[in-house]
Amino acid sequence: MARKLIVEQLVPVNGNNQPIIQASNLTKEVETGGERLIILQDINLQVSAGESIAVVGASGSGKSTLLGLLAGLDVPTHGTVFLDGEDIFKLDEDERASLRGRLLGFMFQSFQLLPSLIALENVMLPLELSGADNARDIAHDWLVRVGLEERVGHYPRQLSGGEQQRVAIARAFVTHPKMLFADEPTGNLDVATGAQIIDLMFQINREQGTTLVLVTHDKNLSARCSRVIELVAGRAVD
Amino acid sequence: MNMIRLSLRMLLRDWRAGELYILTLALVIAVSSVATVSFFSDRVQKALVLESNQLLGGDLLVTSDSPVPPSYAEHAKQIGLRTTHLVRFPSMVSFGDNSLLTSIKAVAPGYPLRGELKLANPPTEENIAQSIRIAQGIPKPGTVWVDEKVVNALKVTLGDKIEVGAAEMTVMSMVESEPDHSVGFVSMNPRLLMNEKDLAITQLIQPGSRINYQLLVAGDETQVREFRHWVKDRLSPGERIVSIQEARPEIRSALDRAGKFLNLAALASVVVAAAAIALAIRRFIQRHLDGCAVMRCLGATESDLLRLYSYYFIMLGLAASLLGCIFAVLTQEFLSYWLEELIGVTLPLPSTLPAIQGMLTGMVLLLGFALPPLLNLRQVPALRVIRRDLELANMHSLAGYGFGIVILSILFIWKAGSFKLGIMIMLGFLLAVIFFGLFGWLLIRLFLLTRPPGSSPWSYGLANIRRRAIPSLVQATALGLGLMALLTLTLTRNDLLQDWQARLPENAPNRFLVNVQPDQQERLMVFFDEHAIPRPKVFPMVRGRLLEINDRAVNLEDYPDPRAKQLINREFNLSWTDTLQPDNEIVAGHWWSEEVIPSEHELSMEEGFAETLGLKLGDRLSFYTGGGDFSATITSLRKVDWDTFQVNFFAVVRPGLLDNYPASYVTSFYLPPDKIQIMQELTRIFPNFLIIDVASVIERVQNMIGQVTHAIEFVFLFTLLAGFAVMYAAIASTQDERIYEAAIFRTLGARKQQLARAWAVEFAVLGALAGFFAAAGASVLGYLIGKYALHITYSPSPWIWVIGVLVSIISVTAFGVIGTRTTLSQPPLQVLRK
Repeated sequence: MARKLIVEQLVPVNGNNQPIIQASNLTKEVETGGERLIILQDINLQVSAGESIAVVGASGSGKSTLLGLLAGLDVPTHGTVFLDGEDIFKLDEDERASLRGRLLGFMFQSFQLLPSLIALENVMLPLELSGADNARDIAHDWLVRVGLEERVGHYPRQLSGGEQQRVAIARAFVTHPKMLFADEPTGNLDVATGAQIIDLMFQINREQGTTLVLVTHDKNLSARCSRVIELVAGRAVD
Repeated sequence: MNMIRLSLRMLLRDWRAGELYILTLALVIAVSSVATVSFFSDRVQKALVLESNQLLGGDLLVTSDSPVPPSYAEHAKQIGLRTTHLVRFPSMVSFGDNSLLTSIKAVAPGYPLRGELKLANPPTEENIAQSIRIAQGIPKPGTVWVDEKVVNALKVTLGDKIEVGAAEMTVMSMVESEPDHSVGFVSMNPRLLMNEKDLAITQLIQPGSRINYQLLVAGDETQVREFRHWVKDRLSPGERIVSIQEARPEIRSALDRAGKFLNLAALASVVVAAAAIALAIRRFIQRHLDGCAVMRCLGATESDLLRLYSYYFIMLGLAASLLGCIFAVLTQEFLSYWLEELIGVTLPLPSTLPAIQGMLTGMVLLLGFALPPLLNLRQVPALRVIRRDLELANMHSLAGYGFGIVILSILFIWKAGSFKLGIMIMLGFLLAVIFFGLFGWLLIRLFLLTRPPGSSPWSYGLANIRRRAIPSLVQATALGLGLMALLTLTLTRNDLLQDWQARLPENAPNRFLVNVQPDQQERLMVFFDEHAIPRPKVFPMVRGRLLEINDRAVNLEDYPDPRAKQLINREFNLSWTDTLQPDNEIVAGHWWSEEVIPSEHELSMEEGFAETLGLKLGDRLSFYTGGGDFSATITSLRKVDWDTFQVNFFAVVRPGLLDNYPASYVTSFYLPPDKIQIMQELTRIFPNFLIIDVASVIERVQNMIGQVTHAIEFVFLFTLLAGFAVMYAAIASTQDERIYEAAIFRTLGARKQQLARAWAVEFAVLGALAGFFAAAGASVLGYLIGKYALHITYSPSPWIWVIGVLVSIISVTAFGVIGTRTTLSQPPLQVLRK
């Protein structure tokens, strides 16, 4: 309860004035076989704190590239991205990594849990990387919260897809990120499980006041977001 | 600190998940192999040195022409060494009308510190044969022990009183052998042993007497070394240190060679293990790419990852090396126990140095092969979490192995004790890797360029190799290197050992005769004929003292090296010959020139001797001999093979030059065990001869070869074990890919058997390639090791090719088929859903 209270207090502070994510003229081009291929073109985007955005579009429309750029996992050909007021492409890769550790959480279609770690250790990992104390207890609490109390000591391969994505949710939220980037979080799940995961994700998101950026094909998922951005051949269509 | 804890946790987690087994196994094998051999050879060498020291009567002695300062013995006792001293000098002794020049040795309690003094009971009516007993203590005051020559020449019996200087003493026993009799050409006279307490009453020690004082020390090796170090800086002119290695170059040479053999054998298993480590690391990196990308995504910086994995590998290295050392302690104990039973020698306890060497080997090996890929690993793109196709830029770079090979070479330089050998091996390995790589690449490109038509296992198997060209090449190269070391060891070790053994023929000379006078030569040859012993070659010898080098007086102060000081300080044995002996080889300059220039005398010098004294071709040496001064210029340097036990000289000149100088002769011959009794006759006919019995030295060297042979067989087990690790690592390195591939193929309708056959073909081709690489490499390596490390001419056997390729095909295929069996039985859906 106490945590929720604090989070709710935080929301208006971030939410009122400055957008927490601001992308301007974001363009990504690559060269393949001597040809320049435009993957993203002039994307301008502002996301306020606490908002949830779904990025939708056909395969190859540039959704994942946009997500990667917004999260600072890749660098654009042109354009800027400000995350929580910080121009992330003025930072070097290591500084961006630190920023990700501080501000961002991630979820992936393929879950990206480390196969040699049990569920608990996978959730502990971001805490350990940031040097947090009592990582074990915090991680355990989160696993309880996502309903995996009985699965704490299991390896990813011993978990079902839905359970793996729950671990991923716990790992994404365990550091209380300001923003969560999710790449097709339900893409590898059946409809029923996907729906449960969406519920869980939005529930925690509400509690934490996290800003959500989702890439998805899933209509159910995009419908739950406060805003939908559609990409067609690398351009945003309103 | 936190990073270290995280590393440790990750390490434990990976261990638990079974990610580190191969890597650890390979490391443990490498470390235990090196440490076992170090421990073991440390102990064997200590035992051999200890045994050899019996020939000195102690572990070390300080000899001097004036009394040895008491402070030396005090210091030796202080640091826990046993000491005794003795005085040697020549003097006349007489009995009735007979008198005889004898070498007198006045000994103090404790003599000898090493070895045994044997006394003979003269034959009696009841007991015709001589019986030998070991002396307890030394002669009591007032009594002397004499050798057979004294008994024969003076015609004394036990209990008679003989005159020694001003004293009358009772002959109590007959000496059969003294442990320190055969060291150097000290004395040529009959021998007499007395108690040093009687020295005063003999009144034989007068100013100007030619007296040699000796301090003998014995005890723990480290203390002896400490004492040697301490005393070295305090020696005054006229004093010098003698230990067995200076006294008998043959033992030193055999010890060195034995050590080299064992070390090379251990290094072979290190090379094989290194190949396994390289493969295991490769797999490790592949399997950790995703994890690293996720960690980058979760906020880990490049330096975080580097630190994380550096700690990780340091901890892994330490743990595995420690395990290897523990294993080594156990195996060497077993090995020593077994050897003690076999040769009946108690081996001294090993030092801790081998453990340190083992730990170091493990660490440098792991870091050498892990560091370069680690430096790459930290650069894994974070975007890989979304785009799985993003790989590491330098994943397949062979340069990563370059660093490991450099590290291996440093290990070789260190363990083989030769910079040249180390560099050679490094270049050899680099060339081997380049050759294997290029040749393999060409083969894959040319031979497998087009996919064979049809859908036979051949067609699929070959297609697999082409598709996985780089991993296949890495596999074949690593397997090839591993097999090369194995082949070199198995197929060449017997040849190499046999060659070594053959150098020490059964009938190597075991007796040296010194002080043969010119007029005795003819009679000596008749003596040999009478006893059916082949006439040995007799070498002339003129003793001389080195006075000047290049017309500059020799000054002891100019030679900081104690060995050089000793050499300068003593008399040289100059000899002459017109032909080079078979066990000599000219390494610089030329043998006697056609044209004789009367004013320029030519001199040939032994290479090691010249090196110690800093002499080079063209240096002019002047000697003082009994017959006047003599000068000659060094025109050649010879390498002498001391292992042959033939008479050899440091300095040799052309025949004729030393005709006017007083010469004596020296020879060596093989005395068969059944002719031992002729020696008594020899001493009777030639009482002036000094007879040196080197049978014990030879026996020891032969024993050593035997020991090394046994030990190498044991070490070979490690190499074999490492070979299995390489196989396993090689199969595992493409396992993940195979699992996925099998799932796809099976989904598309392939039968298990079809896939199994295709893979068997793939493994067989890989095996053939690796076997070919290995045979080529082993032939060259065996030749090089023989020639440069062991100085043995070795010609590779053509069987290497047949056995190498066949064994490789069979074992790689068998391992591959067994190793991938479980892969095939995984349900495709389970795999694809991952």
